[in-house]
Amino acid sequence: MTNDPVSSQSAPGLGFFARLAQVLPPHGLLTQQEDLRPYECDALTAYRTLPLAVALPQDEAQVIEVLKLCHAARVPVVARGAGTGLAAGAMPHEGGVVLSLARLNKILAIDPLARTARCQPGVRNLAISEAARQHGLYYAPDPSSQIACSIGGNVAANSGGVHCLKYGLTLHNLVRVRAITIAGEVLEIGGEAPDAPGLDLLPLITGSEGLLAVITEVTVKLTPKPQTAQCVLASFDNVMTAGEAVAGIIAQGISPAGLELMDQSATVAVEEFVRAGYPLDAAAILLCESDGTPEEVCEEIARIKSLLEAAGATEIRVSQDEAERLKFWAGRKAAFPAAGRISTDYYCMDGTIPRKRLGEMLAAIAQMEKKHGLRCINVFHAGDGNLHPLILFDANAPGELARTEAFGLEILALSVKLGGTITGEHGVGFEKLNAMCIQFSSAELQTFHAIKHAFDDKGLLNPGKAIPSLHRCAEFGGMHVHQGELKHPELPRF
Amino acid sequence: MKEFADIIIEAAARNQALRIRGGGTKDFYGGPLMGEILDTRNHQGIINYEPSELYLTARAGTPLGEIEATLAEHDQMLAFEPPHFGAGATLGGAVAAGLAGPRRASSGGLRDFMLGVVMLDGRGQRLSFGGQVMKNVAGFDVSRLMCGALGTLGLMLEISIKVLPRPRAEVTLQFELSASQAIERFNGWAGQPLPISATSALAGCARVRLSGGDAAVKAACQTLGGERVDDTEAHIHWASLREHTHPFFTESAEPLWRIASPPTAPAFSDEQLIEWGGGQRWWHTRAPDTIVRPLSQALGGHATLFRGEDKPKVFAPIDPVSLGIQRKLKAAFDPANVFNRGRLGDL
Repeated sequence: MTNDPVSSQSAPGLGFFARLAQVLPPHGLLTQQEDLRPYECDALTAYRTLPLAVALPQDEAQVIEVLKLCHAARVPVVARGAGTGLAAGAMPHEGGVVLSLARLNKILAIDPLARTARCQPGVRNLAISEAARQHGLYYAPDPSSQIACSIGGNVAANSGGVHCLKYGLTLHNLVRVRAITIAGEVLEIGGEAPDAPGLDLLPLITGSEGLLAVITEVTVKLTPKPQTAQCVLASFDNVMTAGEAVAGIIAQGISPAGLELMDQSATVAVEEFVRAGYPLDAAAILLCESDGTPEEVCEEIARIKSLLEAAGATEIRVSQDEAERLKFWAGRKAAFPAAGRISTDYYCMDGTIPRKRLGEMLAAIAQMEKKHGLRCINVFHAGDGNLHPLILFDANAPGELARTEAFGLEILALSVKLGGTITGEHGVGFEKLNAMCIQFSSAELQTFHAIKHAFDDKGLLNPGKAIPSLHRCAEFGGMHVHQGELKHPELPRF
Repeated sequence: MKEFADIIIEAAARNQALRIRGGGTKDFYGGPLMGEILDTRNHQGIINYEPSELYLTARAGTPLGEIEATLAEHDQMLAFEPPHFGAGATLGGAVAAGLAGPRRASSGGLRDFMLGVVMLDGRGQRLSFGGQVMKNVAGFDVSRLMCGALGTLGLMLEISIKVLPRPRAEVTLQFELSASQAIERFNGWAGQPLPISATSALAGCARVRLSGGDAAVKAACQTLGGERVDDTEAHIHWASLREHTHPFFTESAEPLWRIASPPTAPAFSDEQLIEWGGGQRWWHTRAPDTIVRPLSQALGGHATLFRGEDKPKVFAPIDPVSLGIQRKLKAAFDPANVFNRGRLGDL
């Protein structure tokens, strides 16, 4: 089985576009090259393709009609939210239609007593929290793009964020998803009552990167807004010590609302940009946040402070007011734009590793910088071992993109080797297809293809993304390191 | 392991059904039991547990009790409080059943803590999905699909699960409230930043468990009022709800229905035991499924015949679009329909 069965398809005829235009509102179908250009990539701009057309439905009925037409004509469909993805998951298919859900952007209902919000997929992540604020509630997952990213895209990516250490990923904050299959059928998944009967399809659709169905409605859980929050900024003269401090906090049973690590190259880059007041002589800094009732926060901050002192922090600051707390975070949140400011291009990796291997990974990245002749600045969601090394490069310099990709792949391969994964929250998209060959065996990849087939037997939804074909992996030559073991299933694997 | 794979391959070749079984404590749950027993209990042992990494990996046949005792030594726990329903319950059985105890509404269900699985599919192929890290979006989330699948998709060999610190303080409060009042109050409280970790309402008595840091629990006690329940009695109360040893469960011979509903759905009987802030309601009744199901549906929920004899009709029917996909998924994992035939409804 392959996930790219449509490449041999001939282009749809003019009649197809006429029928598409009929089911869409005026100006709901884009086919001119200048109109298609804004859709040629997502936030990972290194990979671009122009689609045949962009469909902009305004309601679910139109989504269904578009899907039925594409299904009948065997035209690939790439669903797109806000286009803020970082893995080229929404990069168009050259022979396909981009189905933009941006106009389905209404919050349909907020139930303050049941603490849920029912949203169309194009609703912005932050808009949910803004609408829920009057009830003392908010939507907890906060990917860094939350101002712009859509809830439908969050579900497709199972997005995380700074606070997912305590509040969970998108999956943990969903109760129900309504989606349309490629055949145009309505699929209800989950519900406001717990534990829907049958197989639990919610974890399958969440993080499925547009390969299984097109999401048209999402019901999310809302969380009571913490009364207060406080943040500790701790400096370390050694990155390893900072990594150990992270493990120490978690081992003591503390669940911080956020726990972030930045190395010196990152603090220097952001300090020039936002003046967060970070100590620039520190080899690494930790940001550790506590939230809850005033009593809770006071108690937890005291424990965090004494743990950090014992772990060898050289300086500890505790935010004294909301302005200072936001200032601490401003630097962390500016890491990506700061990278963009000091380098023409940057490439963000997303591996996750067991927390205790953090030091090892950092030492290896330092070596790789020399090997590939490229700089890397490191910001981590340290609490859950999710790394975002930002490799700085110049796309216009001959050969730099290829060197950058090789650097990135080496980081991901090491993430897998250290017991982690190639992607913690950004997804595979088009970008990490080769890395998937490292993490999974042929049998596992075949299982993924079979799952896709159960939803989309013609392979029309976002083909060529998320799951590499076996052919691609064979060509890539980096088949799964454990593949030999599969021939000997009796061998235990520890 | 080789043995397991061989048994599966042979069963598939002979069109023989296999019935995956750990401690057998949940034999009563789900559809009829069919096929030769595939006993997982010898495949046991904790493989990896690091308190500072907040996860534990164990073989599927590991006794749940052993896992909980090991976690308790490090002041950690399985936060979804899986019911054992008898001695000898295994981790694999808990994951397959997908059930959770009193902490479900605040901490999440079993699926929310699942991190990774190593399994054999219906072809006897060894597959590994997910892992040990909390954030992992590489490939479809197969390990969580296994939760509550009642063993219909494959034989789980190793399971990695997230663990959490045990709360430093715990207090249970009691209130005199009707079922309707309790549901309203539970939902109202859940909308405030209070450390509520469990709720129950039965026969005019509502109980609320608070768990967290000392300061947070103390402050919440002042906010909520009510009467403090003796710690030992409280402990017994929540354990008896989790394990169905509470008199509500043991003193009735009538079939037991579990009604999952939106937490705010109105109460329709004071004879029900309400948990999960209103999201789970237990009901002993001889009313036929033609009465119980429409009633549950009208609330926006669904009913499971949790303990009773009418095996083919245990679970609420699934809509045709979803059922079609679920059947294809079953066939993808287990093409010869070897595993736990008929155990998960119409699958």
